[in-house]
Amino acid sequence: MRTDGDSRIAVRTDKLNFWYGDFQALFDVDFDVKAGIVTSLIGPSGCGKSTLLRCVNRINERIGNVRTEGKVEVLGHDIYAPEVDLTQVRSQVGMVFQRPNPLPISIRKNILFAHGLHTQEKTSKSDEEAIVESALKEVLLWDDVKDRLDRVATGLSLEQQQKLCIARLLPVKPAVLLMDEPCSALDPKATTAVEELIWKLRGQYTILIVTHNMAQARRASDECAFMLLGKMVEHRRTEDLFLTPDNQKTADYIEGRYG
Amino acid sequence: MTARFAATELNLSNYRTERRYRLMLFSMTAMLVLPVLIILAILILKGAPMISWEFLFEFPRRGMTEGGIYPALLGTIFIVVVDLIFAMPIGVAAAIYLSEYAPDNWLTRAINLAIINLAGVPSIVHALFGVGAFVIFFGFGTSILAAALTVAIMTLPLVIVATRESLQAVPQAFREACWSMGASRWQTIFTVVLPNAISGILTGLILEVSRTAGETAPIMFTGAAFFLPFLPESVFDQTMALSLHLFVVSTQVPEVPEALPYGVALVLIGIVLIMNAISIVFRSYLRGKKKW
Repeated sequence: MRTDGDSRIAVRTDKLNFWYGDFQALFDVDFDVKAGIVTSLIGPSGCGKSTLLRCVNRINERIGNVRTEGKVEVLGHDIYAPEVDLTQVRSQVGMVFQRPNPLPISIRKNILFAHGLHTQEKTSKSDEEAIVESALKEVLLWDDVKDRLDRVATGLSLEQQQKLCIARLLPVKPAVLLMDEPCSALDPKATTAVEELIWKLRGQYTILIVTHNMAQARRASDECAFMLLGKMVEHRRTEDLFLTPDNQKTADYIEGRYG
Repeated sequence: MTARFAATELNLSNYRTERRYRLMLFSMTAMLVLPVLIILAILILKGAPMISWEFLFEFPRRGMTEGGIYPALLGTIFIVVVDLIFAMPIGVAAAIYLSEYAPDNWLTRAINLAIINLAGVPSIVHALFGVGAFVIFFGFGTSILAAALTVAIMTLPLVIVATRESLQAVPQAFREACWSMGASRWQTIFTVVLPNAISGILTGLILEVSRTAGETAPIMFTGAAFFLPFLPESVFDQTMALSLHLFVVSTQVPEVPEALPYGVALVLIGIVLIMNAISIVFRSYLRGKKKW
């Protein structure tokens, strides 16, 4: 039994196996994500990196006919334990998707949406304003949108939409942010902006990011994990993984020999 | 080198094929539209002289060969309203369940198939079911209630299919966004899915209404009367209805002036067209409000 009190580990999986129907997507994945840093997950398409990410907030279960074995701990607590409430998991473990998916409501309501789901008392207007302002400032979006908070969020540029999707997670104070290829729908300039934002949020949040873009993993993560065919191949400091990979498969992948 | 970009024999033959297919598809479309236009033109030419204030708001006289269609017009409206009271909540709620909650298994698929098949059941079968179930078993007698329930069951598939399709047109990304923030299914449906599907749902309901207004077979055994000299006082009374009235004055009553059935038909089609127009206006208004 591992100690619950290891506060340096934010997410830990233990012999995690996962099936979509008969197809096994994850094989005995042991993975520790350290708190407060950015960890990137790389690997060819279909290697299970997104599946692993989606196990950490249990959003995989929304598609029927899936099976999970093994353990996923967030902040030392098994999130697959029977007493665990999914709503609680999702508020502590936020998720950012590949395509920005702000809700087709105003910018303000987008920010307050999660807050509203997780708060029982009514929030005063001034508190709401404060929440919206601080969340938008945290993602460097406040100056761009402060004059049009009541406009529909889907009218923003993709970069702004993706920043908004990060901002709307913050009011419920998540510990972990999961990002599933957050920049793949963005142009290079927007990618840089979102990467800078991720780097800025580092420290306050534990960030786990799936990416196809190895340059991005290299630029914008402290640690990097390489997955192949549902197995965790190598997980080390990003620098070390890219400069002196232990595993031949990792070396082949980062040199572009497959994937 | 002028010949470089000139059309080759292959290009020209492709263009000829293209023209042939376009012409064929266009003529099929014309064959579809033409009958509708001809029907409308005949109805308007022959029926329009009948339409007057008296025609719409007076009782029929002299064995229905003179006078108006007021009780039939009103009866049709009654049936539509009672029908909506049942069909709207049941149809919309069932569609929400099937689209948003039901797991994708053989039972759900069987139910979906059954709904589609229900739409294909001949209306006279629905009529006989209505007689058995509502008129006799539930003891409603031949009444507005029995007729409306029969039509409601018959038109439910329309509402369900239209609602389900408009729910499924809402991008999955919105649902994922909501779920990933911890929203329950109902919170997701209520705040995001329904507001974006409402235009399609309304369209489905209005189509259902126009269908209901036109049905004859299901109501003639369950609640619509040949002729009544008075208006219904409750949902347990019989009523006249436009669709049945049209059938009666066209085939069952001697010495009806030729224009009278055309007038009735014009009013009936007018109701349906107005309903469709409302649905189009509604839809474009609501479409204008949603953006993604």
